[in-house]
Amino acid sequence: MKKRRYKEKLAYLFLMSMVAIILSSVFIMFYFIIFRGIKVMNWQFLTQMPQKGMTAGGIFPAILGTLYLTIGAICFAFPLGTSAAIYLTEYAGQNRLIRIIRVGINNLAGVPSVVFGLFGLAIFVKFLNFGVSILSGSLTLGILILPTIIRASEEALSTVPQSFREASLALGATKWQTIQKIVLPNSISGILTGSILSIGRAAGETAPILFTAATFYTMRLPNSVFSEVQALPYHIYALLTEGTHPESQVPIAYGTALILILLVLGLNLIAFTLRNRFRRSKKW
Amino acid sequence: MKGKIFLKEKIIKNIFLLSSLTSIFFLAGITLILFKEGLPLFREINLKEFLWGKSWYPTYDPPEFGILPLILGSLWITLGALIIAVPLGVSASIYISELATPKIRNFLKLAIEMLTSIPSVIYGFLGIVVLGPWLQKFLNLPEGLCSLTASLLLALMAIPTITSLSEEALFSVSKDYKEASCALGATRWETIIKVTVPAAFSGISTAVLLGMGRAIGETMTVLMVAGGAAVIPRSFLQPARPITATIALEMGEAVVGSTHYHALFSLACILFMVSLALNLTADYFLTKFRRTSQ
Repeated sequence: MKKRRYKEKLAYLFLMSMVAIILSSVFIMFYFIIFRGIKVMNWQFLTQMPQKGMTAGGIFPAILGTLYLTIGAICFAFPLGTSAAIYLTEYAGQNRLIRIIRVGINNLAGVPSVVFGLFGLAIFVKFLNFGVSILSGSLTLGILILPTIIRASEEALSTVPQSFREASLALGATKWQTIQKIVLPNSISGILTGSILSIGRAAGETAPILFTAATFYTMRLPNSVFSEVQALPYHIYALLTEGTHPESQVPIAYGTALILILLVLGLNLIAFTLRNRFRRSKKW
Repeated sequence: MKGKIFLKEKIIKNIFLLSSLTSIFFLAGITLILFKEGLPLFREINLKEFLWGKSWYPTYDPPEFGILPLILGSLWITLGALIIAVPLGVSASIYISELATPKIRNFLKLAIEMLTSIPSVIYGFLGIVVLGPWLQKFLNLPEGLCSLTASLLLALMAIPTITSLSEEALFSVSKDYKEASCALGATRWETIIKVTVPAAFSGISTAVLLGMGRAIGETMTVLMVAGGAAVIPRSFLQPARPITATIALEMGEAVVGSTHYHALFSLACILFMVSLALNLTADYFLTKFRRTSQ
């Protein structure tokens, strides 16, 4: 018995050390980003154009570019994703078409991000002739986050109790009236939570915008949806791989990484607060 | 009046149906584009030369398009990542679901969730400026950026997927089993290792498959830290060049319609089919597991 107890202790120790390794990795990553990034952080860094061949100055165009790209992506994916989710939860029965649609959504979610980039290049940049532009990049990112939005919205819609819908229908409301007046108002914060999380995802993706939207050297801000843009994640990549002055570019990359992390975590925080609020206020 | 409402309802329903069809439409579009742009390659070189060719020199004269080093590079780095991520991820999931108090459980879940929110380019960045130099110093390597660096970072990226799905699988094992085992005199650890983990095995395997899918499709991290040499990998301490990195690196320079361009699309085709196969298998096991555990 003593030996068995000893073995148990040893096993727990092993499990805990594994957890400790993961935790310390998380800690180290955040430590470097935060402490090195904060050194270059100031108002000018956020609001100025890059200077001296990307070795000095700020990252304003990259911040702006990421905002444009993510706003574009969500404008495309949000209406499409929520309508798809509405169909799947409210209208669809159990048939073969629905199963195929679900398999399609799951597999779209598993497509490697660089493949989305190639698709965007072939369709939006070349075939539709949008060029390397905000529009091409937004559409590509939009397709990338579509499955996430559909799944999150479906989950939110399915938390609305069936009795709500039945009550509404029994009062003579049509299906669409029920969805519009009963189902959506009761699930909107869940839908928004999922969508905000996917904005964070879109903001951090690099591979899909490599050939569809991003540029490293630009001296002017984008003036239409057909302009190419700088973006935060691509900026980090380019500073490290295309630059010729690592000693002055690595600190800028740290700063850019900090901003990107703050953006993504900030969005996650908003999403989680929204979700908790929603859970607390709905007790059925 | 009635007819008008009926018509309106029908139109709305069909709009929603159309939206839900777009996902399949995009998936089909991606498949179509990859094949359409990839297949013309085989007018110029044969399939065997492409798959088994040992050298990838797309810009040489004459160019060579052997993708074996790239495929092996992807598999090698993914294998390395799994060797690291599976023990870490599964251990963490056992700890979280079986041993941790609710407070610690929530904290750990949040911390591991943080790993997913970090964009992949930041993993690559830290690989270049922190992990690479560290490995070079401590292991006394000629190059800090090699397969090992890439595998370590990919492992970190795969851990959240593996942990959360394994944890779900362990959690769904019926309490009766665990209680029965403890009642027979087994210690908590013996129960975990002989009852709970075997019962959740198919769920854990699914988690590993999905983690593998994540690792094999990852682009920016491997592009930045794997070292980039398109040679057949022989050790974890050598640089390698996976499929994803090759596409991302060379697509910008490839002339549209050239052999190189078609070759990159063919590569993407292979990558796409591999991840599709992994996802379908995982999907199949997951549905099966969820059905049996209910």
